[in-house]
Amino acid sequence: MSTEAIVMMVIAMLLLWGGLVVAVISLNRRPDPSDESYDPDHLHRDL
Amino acid sequence: MATAGPQDGTQQTGGQEARRGAFSSRKVFILAAIGSAVGLGNIWRFPYVAYENGGGAFVIPYLIALLTAGLPFLFLDYALGHKHRGSAPLSMARENRKAEPLGWWQVGICFVIAVYYAVIIAYALRYTFFSVNKAWGDDPEGYFFGEFLQTSDPGVTLDFVAGVLIALLVVWAAVLLIMGLGVQKGIGATSVVFIPLLVLAFGFLVVRALFLPGAADGLDTLFTPDWDALTNASVWAAAFGQIFFSLSIGFGIMITYASYVGRRTDMTGSGMVVGLSNSGFELLAGIGVFAALGFMAQANGTAVDEVVADGIGLAFVAFPTIISEAAGGSLIGVLFFGSLVIAGLTSLISVLEVVVSAVRDKFDLRRLTAVLVVGVPATVLSVVLFSTTSGLLVLDIVDYFINQFGILLVAVVTMVVLGLALRALPGLAAHLNRHGSLRLGKVWMAMVAVVTPLALGYVLVRAFIDTVKEPYGGYPDWMLNVFGWGTAALVLIVALVITFARRTAVTPADETDQEVDR
Repeated sequence: MSTEAIVMMVIAMLLLWGGLVVAVISLNRRPDPSDESYDPDHLHRDL
Repeated sequence: MATAGPQDGTQQTGGQEARRGAFSSRKVFILAAIGSAVGLGNIWRFPYVAYENGGGAFVIPYLIALLTAGLPFLFLDYALGHKHRGSAPLSMARENRKAEPLGWWQVGICFVIAVYYAVIIAYALRYTFFSVNKAWGDDPEGYFFGEFLQTSDPGVTLDFVAGVLIALLVVWAAVLLIMGLGVQKGIGATSVVFIPLLVLAFGFLVVRALFLPGAADGLDTLFTPDWDALTNASVWAAAFGQIFFSLSIGFGIMITYASYVGRRTDMTGSGMVVGLSNSGFELLAGIGVFAALGFMAQANGTAVDEVVADGIGLAFVAFPTIISEAAGGSLIGVLFFGSLVIAGLTSLISVLEVVVSAVRDKFDLRRLTAVLVVGVPATVLSVVLFSTTSGLLVLDIVDYFINQFGILLVAVVTMVVLGLALRALPGLAAHLNRHGSLRLGKVWMAMVAVVTPLALGYVLVRAFIDTVKEPYGGYPDWMLNVFGWGTAALVLIVALVITFARRTAVTPADETDQEVDR
């Protein structure tokens, strides 16, 4: 493969796959309200 | 699942959601949405489009199209369904009564797509098994069009092909069973199992392909940038077209799925994950397909650009050739065609759900009744039109016309009507901003109301001019008029008839913010 092709492949991977990883991480920082662990009632019981 | 509060409103909402069905969590919704977006187009269309339109340089228009058109439009669909808690027509009607026909237009398009999409999955299903003993022998092309499909001359026949017919019935039985099981137990559960399996199977296929001799030449062909391409309008049109067709936006699917999601869910954050997963999978497909094509070129002693193909030709002619020539070819075949089956099935389910959900909302039917009311005619039409010796010809025409003058047209009209005529965007942005991590403001509105309709409108006008100038695919005029223009027009007429034949009262969605038990 030519250097130019490798560079473009790596850029595409970084942007799309890297972007996906960032999107997943930032979404997971916010709890899912429909998830049981987020339930305020459950939280009370745990406390 | 959070508590159902004691208020009356919440209990009422609980009843509504129990009746319509819902995804049990954000994760299930995201997997179902990825299942819908990742379809045959990701695997057999993207690699070719990228190669044809600048190779490595294509990444620039592609990303710009994703950010300025794909994601903004995805958020529009999400906002409609999530705010109004209804199928495409009901959500449109709740947004504004005048918009209801747009929803039925989308439903009609989905019905047409479901009818022919199923048969491609049937082909892939047969080929998953053919791969084991390489049933096509040393002439994959002759085998596919001749022995397997027994393709007739242009025209319409009622000569059924048993090998296609039986596989098609199996596909429809599986799809209707999944649909009958409901939103969570059917669609949700299928996505939770099959999407990770798809990524695993396809990932394994890509790794195998990368170790084939000649793979690097294939990647070189795909990724070598042609910077001059960026000055070419058709390259930009291709990028917007690819993003648009690949993301399952604009024809009701994402409206429908979003209506099954918890009210406090971060829809914009979820949308980023769905959009980037879809594009990420396309990149993976591009790498896998071109690595395999590189091997094929080397084995044939030709240049890679002489073996590049897309669609049916890539899947059912080029890949069988690769499978026959590569060491461990049967495994490559089972992984490739198995991936097509899974990617296709999860997309077909989403397309059909648009219709089932709309029929349920309009006629107040039980789920199983709606699945049969939609599924039985769809199966019959699918069998009569596409499991015959003329099936592939009709499929090719219907697919082209419904994509260009169905999906693309309704998308442009929807954006103009909602964005400019009905001024619906500020309310929809406010809805998503209540719980969304990515705030939508004037930039989003400009993208949806101006940039995307202009870009897609350009793609549409080009397609229209091309189609009028030169009969598509060289088919006889009567076939193009009946199955092409005719289908596209019929869908629109039926949409208007359904909207006005039975005008039911539209009550606004309950906008309480409470989560409910499912």
